[in-house]
Amino acid sequence: MPLLIALACVAAFLTLACVGVAIAHRRGAGVVIYGLTLLISLVGLGAALVQLVGGTTAPAVTLPLGLPWLGAHLRMDALSAFFLVVVDLGAAAASLFAIGYGTHETAPERVLPFYPAFLAAMTLVVLADDAFTFLVSWEFMSLSSWALVVAHHRIRDNVHAGFVYLVMASFGTLALLLALGMLAGADGNYAFAAIRAAPPAAGTAAAVLILALIGAGSKAGLVPLHVWLPLAHPAAPSHVSALLSGVMTKVAVYGFVRIVFDLAGPPDWWWSMVVLALGGITAVMGVLYALMQHDLKRLLAYHTVENIGIIFIGLGLALAFAAHAMPAAAALALTAGLFHVFNHSLFKSLLFFGSGAVLTATGERDMEHLGGLIHGMPVTAFAFLIGCVAISALPPFNGFVSEWLTFQAVLLSPQLPSWGLKLLVPAVGALLALSAALAAACFVKAYGVSFLGRPRMLTTRYARETDRWSLAAMLILAALCLIAGILPGYFIDALSPVVTRLVGERMPMQSGIAWLSIVPIAESRSSYNGLLVFLFISISGSLAAFAIHRLASDVIRRGAAWDCGYPDASPATQYTAGSFAQPIRRVFGTRIFGAREEVEMPPPGALAPARLHLILRDRIWDTIYAPLAAGLGFAADHLNRLQFLTIRQYLTLVFTALVSLLMVLAIWP
Amino acid sequence: MRGLAFDIAHLLAGGLVLVSFLQLYQDRLYALLNVFAVHALLLALSVAWQAHIQDAWHLYITAAIALGFKAIAIPLALHRIIVRLGIHREIEKVVGVGPAMLLGIGLVALSMVVMLRVTAEADPIAREDLAFALSVVLLGLLMMVTRRNAVSQVVGFMSLENGLVLAATGAKGMPLVVEISIAFSILIAFIVIGIFLFRIRERFDSVDMQALDRYRGERQ
Amino acid sequence: MAVIFDLAVQGAQMLLVLLVAPALTGLVRKVKAHVLRRQGPPIIQPYLDLARLMRKDAVLAENASWLFRVIPYITFAATWVAAALVPTFATGLMFSWTADLIAIIALLGSARFFLALAGLDVGTSFGGIGSSREVMIASLAEPAMLMIVFTLALIAGSTQLSTMAEYMLSPGVGLRVSLALALVALVMVAIAENARIPVDNPATHLELTMVHEAMVLEYSGRHLALIDLTASLKLTLYVSLIACLFAPWGMATTGAPPRARAGGAVRDNAKLAVGGGLLALFETAVAKMRVFRVPEFLGAALMLGLLAALLRFVSQSL
Repeated sequence: MPLLIALACVAAFLTLACVGVAIAHRRGAGVVIYGLTLLISLVGLGAALVQLVGGTTAPAVTLPLGLPWLGAHLRMDALSAFFLVVVDLGAAAASLFAIGYGTHETAPERVLPFYPAFLAAMTLVVLADDAFTFLVSWEFMSLSSWALVVAHHRIRDNVHAGFVYLVMASFGTLALLLALGMLAGADGNYAFAAIRAAPPAAGTAAAVLILALIGAGSKAGLVPLHVWLPLAHPAAPSHVSALLSGVMTKVAVYGFVRIVFDLAGPPDWWWSMVVLALGGITAVMGVLYALMQHDLKRLLAYHTVENIGIIFIGLGLALAFAAHAMPAAAALALTAGLFHVFNHSLFKSLLFFGSGAVLTATGERDMEHLGGLIHGMPVTAFAFLIGCVAISALPPFNGFVSEWLTFQAVLLSPQLPSWGLKLLVPAVGALLALSAALAAACFVKAYGVSFLGRPRMLTTRYARETDRWSLAAMLILAALCLIAGILPGYFIDALSPVVTRLVGERMPMQSGIAWLSIVPIAESRSSYNGLLVFLFISISGSLAAFAIHRLASDVIRRGAAWDCGYPDASPATQYTAGSFAQPIRRVFGTRIFGAREEVEMPPPGALAPARLHLILRDRIWDTIYAPLAAGLGFAADHLNRLQFLTIRQYLTLVFTALVSLLMVLAIWP
Repeated sequence: MRGLAFDIAHLLAGGLVLVSFLQLYQDRLYALLNVFAVHALLLALSVAWQAHIQDAWHLYITAAIALGFKAIAIPLALHRIIVRLGIHREIEKVVGVGPAMLLGIGLVALSMVVMLRVTAEADPIAREDLAFALSVVLLGLLMMVTRRNAVSQVVGFMSLENGLVLAATGAKGMPLVVEISIAFSILIAFIVIGIFLFRIRERFDSVDMQALDRYRGERQ
Repeated sequence: MAVIFDLAVQGAQMLLVLLVAPALTGLVRKVKAHVLRRQGPPIIQPYLDLARLMRKDAVLAENASWLFRVIPYITFAATWVAAALVPTFATGLMFSWTADLIAIIALLGSARFFLALAGLDVGTSFGGIGSSREVMIASLAEPAMLMIVFTLALIAGSTQLSTMAEYMLSPGVGLRVSLALALVALVMVAIAENARIPVDNPATHLELTMVHEAMVLEYSGRHLALIDLTASLKLTLYVSLIACLFAPWGMATTGAPPRARAGGAVRDNAKLAVGGGLLALFETAVAKMRVFRVPEFLGAALMLGLLAALLRFVSQSL
């Protein structure tokens, strides 16, 4: 039943896409389409929740579409149900936001048809139960999101972003095709049930892991395959950016979990080392890139890379424990990773909605032109603040709970017998701690420079609050962030069917624990109670405020800023994003990004201002992608000669090919 | 009591590794000499403690030699050499402090892995002391490799030798004769190095190895 | 009956920590003054300062937002909750299981997050200097602290502070190398987090040497009083943390008679006094570092913490 409802939602989305083509240019079309997608995704969310929490069997259906001898297998087991919850929640929030935000869309006919198609594709990827359906839905997802990325195609950067995205997406699909092909084997048993029944040999399984890491990892944003993410995510309209960062990357994580944990058979211990190393490097590199940015949306996109790194650290730890037959610890690590999937989709969507609201109100994405928005846009500022605190992993919000669970999993690792893991896991733990601290720095910068301080441009000074729908979407997500932070036990219990299915065991039951704490391993070892922490902070803060206002003084006087006695009226003297990040750039960036600051001084007597140039080099782009692109260009230029041969030369080519094939046939034993 | 005794031995050996890291961190010559004096002092304490728990009286003499020569005499002599050579400046580093510390951690991890795997059947307490001693040796080598100043390279060489002494005392039964001969050869080497430093300084007005490399002669 | 007693003990802990914090700051200043051959202000001077500031009007910049007014209360609440959960005179406090050491550090991180935002709120360059340097210091101090927590948790088998303190009291702990490394790293991190010399000067008014003082430059009146109290609370928290983990003798364990708690409180105050005196001596003996030497200092603390955790991973007896 829940599966049929989900399939009905898919059909409804596709119908809406076709309808969208027809009515996109009309006034109010956006409200209609986004309203309908909101309703459909809420229905899908309900169905997925019912299946996740209450479902005991996994309903499956085979539709007579696609390949004639295969059909389209679709199934909703616990893993699919969980990721469907993530997809539909993100979709509902984005649709609610877009009801208000979409009225400012300049090219609705390029966005409205593809948005429901994108949602349909993501739902189908999560529900697919055979390789063919999975890959077709994956490609459909890539294509529909590409169409959304190049929606504003008059901007050159967006076209470039779309091109890079398309290339990386095709490359990722190729890797996944190879992985699923190797799993299906020579007989072509594409159905996942058949693949599960025939686990591959060790060498094949290793190749499948690497290919799945490349394929799913490039879509998720693992370093060094992340380069398309900070180009494509900011280029799309803001509600689509939220879906790309918050939901589509999670669908990629679903692909990885499905292939590696479910289909590839029992894991080898060294698989976890690769995943852990990649996860750790991704986490730190992502946040360091984010710290160097002054475009708000690009900062958020790079930050998604960091959180994907954290998720993969959790998944890597789960693989390590599963490979060494420690299912309880694997359950903890996997729960931590999956809970972070859910949390990240919440707060990243919230932050992208906030940046969309700022973009609508001021027309600016560059933080160097913003400032003081907390006065003109108070509700957006409040919701964005909640998002910033949540993403920095600070209690009592939800980001802290998933990081805390990951740390508890790291603390279980000394029991692992292999030496490589004994050396790698503390290093990865240090990288995780470093990325958490840098993330807090990054979001102090993002919030402080954009919303606090004084407005740096006129458009920012007269910014007004956005519409009610956008605010409602943001506030609902902020409330969910708080609820997931103070009542995490229910969410952890909801994840238990997923974890049981994948590693064979689950975390201890959380909902029966006194005072609603969470106890990941044992009461004597560690516990955390988000609700009580939140209550203690609120009570002590209010108590302090009440006591001071009653007993001491509550007078406020306004005056000029003190500024050590040198008040400066120009808002250009306050700290900018670049200057805020300068100490961290100097500590970490000189080596990793080759960060240099050059001052261009005009000759004496000239009236031009001196300029400060900040030079950063993306070493990953320079060492991997630029030579690759140059090599491809070189090869293409030289292979182009094949276009200009004479007829006799073409005939010679055909003749040579035919003769060599016949020779092979003759020699082949 | 046995547990506490070996804990203290480990503590002193680990302290030696800590002081080796502290040497890597220094960027002023005088401070480096003081840290090296602490290094030798800790070595003397460690050897004395080993003498106590192994009941080997000759190790007390080793400890006294370490204290007298390496903790007091050699730092004082190096101090005077620095004053006479006139180098009061900072230590020029090839690799910065951060990467040097990271490399140091890698070396400690490597020596732990190697020692704990190679000596799998030996006494578990001695194995860890050996692992620490190998770490001190490798960290001393790292210091020699990442410094341009000749005096700091000498200090690295001395701390390397401290690590060797630690390893030798941890494995029971190093005869006194060996220790005395090693100590004297170190002393001779030190005197020769000191003489050479003065000659180099007189000739070239500098002991910066990088700068001196230019005068090496024909380069093909 | 036992529940009421436990509640009373927890409440006493919260009050004790709040009342003792300014005295600790006063003691540190007094000892520093005496070492410099001055008389120095009386030890109760911080209390008098707090009382004076509370009664004054709070003067805010014209463009200061509602967040600026709320932040002192948020940081105070977060730091007070964190300090109330660190066992000082007794382990096994009633609410000690709500937040383990990782959560306590994260609560301090929350306080720092909001304080850094306060520095950026008014839009002056001083606030920017303070906030940007503070987050640079935090980006290295927090991972170092977490590695220290890992080491301690791997030794004690739990991240709960009460369990750790009771393990340190037990005879099975021994003198471990990783504990020694963790102690050195913890002292380095504590100096950085509390804005003490050599990382930051709590008494300076020169902008190029300020980190914490620059962030709170625009605060006045009761807000400034709360922020000063928060800084004192944080210092008390760190000294209590070092005492409870590395010098836990004298704490009343669970199951001890009620009188033991009073004795524990006296001994804890003595430990705080000793810690404060040592801090004052250390601050007088060293000079403040250049700002860009601080990352090397904290990087060394991070490496020491990583080394300590690595040793625990590699061998159970280290």
